[in-house]
Amino acid sequence: MNRKLSKQKLKFRISGWAFVLPSIVLFLWLVLWPMINAFIMSLQKGKGNMMEFAGFDNYLRLLDDPVFISSLKNTILYFVIQVPVMLVLALIVASILNNPKLKFRGFFRTAIFIPCVTSLVAYSLLFRSMFAEDGFINNVLMGLNLIDSPIPWLMDTFWAKVVIILAITWRWTGYNMIFFLSSLQNIDSDIYQAAEIDGAGAWDKFWRITVPLLKPVILLTAIMSTSGTLQLFDEVVNITSGGPNNSTMTISHYIYNLSFKYSPDFGYATAVSFVVFVLIAVLSLLQMKVSGDKND
Amino acid sequence: MTDRKQTYRGKGRRRAVCGIQYLFLIIMAVISVFPFLWMIISATNSSMDIILGKMSFGGELMNNIRNLLSAGDLLTCLKNSAILSVFITTLSILICSLAGYGFIVFKSRAKEFWFSFILLSMMIPTSSLIIPLFKMFSSMGLLNTKVGVMLPSLSTAFLIFFFRQNTKSFPLETIQAARIDGLGELGIFFKIFMPMMKSTYSAAIIITFMSSWNNYMWPLISLQTTDQRTLPLLISSLGTAYTPDYGMIMVGIIITTIPSALIFFLMQKSFVNSMMGSVK
Repeated sequence: MNRKLSKQKLKFRISGWAFVLPSIVLFLWLVLWPMINAFIMSLQKGKGNMMEFAGFDNYLRLLDDPVFISSLKNTILYFVIQVPVMLVLALIVASILNNPKLKFRGFFRTAIFIPCVTSLVAYSLLFRSMFAEDGFINNVLMGLNLIDSPIPWLMDTFWAKVVIILAITWRWTGYNMIFFLSSLQNIDSDIYQAAEIDGAGAWDKFWRITVPLLKPVILLTAIMSTSGTLQLFDEVVNITSGGPNNSTMTISHYIYNLSFKYSPDFGYATAVSFVVFVLIAVLSLLQMKVSGDKND
Repeated sequence: MTDRKQTYRGKGRRRAVCGIQYLFLIIMAVISVFPFLWMIISATNSSMDIILGKMSFGGELMNNIRNLLSAGDLLTCLKNSAILSVFITTLSILICSLAGYGFIVFKSRAKEFWFSFILLSMMIPTSSLIIPLFKMFSSMGLLNTKVGVMLPSLSTAFLIFFFRQNTKSFPLETIQAARIDGLGELGIFFKIFMPMMKSTYSAAIIITFMSSWNNYMWPLISLQTTDQRTLPLLISSLGTAYTPDYGMIMVGIIITTIPSALIFFLMQKSFVNSMMGSVK
């Protein structure tokens, strides 16, 4: 190879780097550097600026911190229950909406997608008001004689979790549905017709054609939702404030409380935050595998 | 004979399946839309009526608006939210689309490495970054400033990925032709790429505007004085009060929802199209 670059080639190289440089600089400054700092901080103990090295003490402390363990359990519970329920719902809705003969298709699509336009704080407060103990939901359920006495939705450790799961599912089902719908529209309708001629019912078509062909998108949405659910914060803060008795608190919420609500304990809080990081990292390896075989 | 019977039964069954599908869609649509109806109706009722589940319009709208205006500095918060969202949307789309374009058009092994590195950062949760960022910004005097709120949102792995993915479908011959015509690299980007990728940009605007308008965690931490507060911070503080006034909160929720709903409906079509493009 010629070592000397022509003037034009050099100019081309420089302008190429100029395009990507701003984002690389911002990334190094505001993501990578803070991450390194966070790791160093997680090995330190102390208050404010009086930090000293403490080895892995913060990480060992995690093991017998009941609030951490319960917030970890809650976070995992949310995603184990909520993500599959939401994705299955979204997939069913999308495959029904994919039928071109369906009437009011556009209407249904918009109606089911519309929760996504609300801000997380706004819909959280909406749910908080609907699920108040003497609130609308209880009144309706009692009016229909489904329950005898009001359910203490936000005051009961079990029901509060149910409300959080219902709320997230309400907000995000339509969002995932759009992903499914877009890639369903890329599937050749001949495949379905051929299957119909062979006598396949709706159920067979769904499981034998739709699900296998949508596998990449299903995985993509699964990993996006998992990462979103593991970072759950806005909803919990605004619907239940983490209560009752920390029973709905998530890891992100606990990190916030540790660093900005109680007397700040940055060292320990960053150690907690690395747990979320590891959880998401493990699951993202999956994502890379998925996007890997799509790119090439 | 049996054949006809079977087709007949097939038809009846298909009709039943069809009915169930409609029923399912109707239930889903009602559940999705109902809270909006509830929000609008509640904005016209008093807090007491809302809690009791009143489902008809009342005459308290003006009262609720007045209460909201006196409870917090609504107009300042609205202004803060608007400034932040407009700046974040414009700057981050510019920075990330330049990068996404650069990663494809000026492809090299080194750039591929940086791109995968940035992509990896998608798995870093916000909660891991807030503490070091808080310390860093406090020593730089960037806490409680608009610049401090904006900076972490300017270069996001998702947007870079999104633009890179969509640039792949851009015809490289067009760029070659423009180069021969003597157009500079930036000129090609602004005069040819941007106008041709309108629907990608619209989708990016929807995504970025919505996330910056609704941004909650980082502003909650970095903004400390009430004159800097954004809309989500204001309604959150009203909503989590000991005895919340739901009437006025509903008005606040509506005001918060209108801009993102508006932008979504204006650009819905290109949003769906370009989502399809990036999933492909």
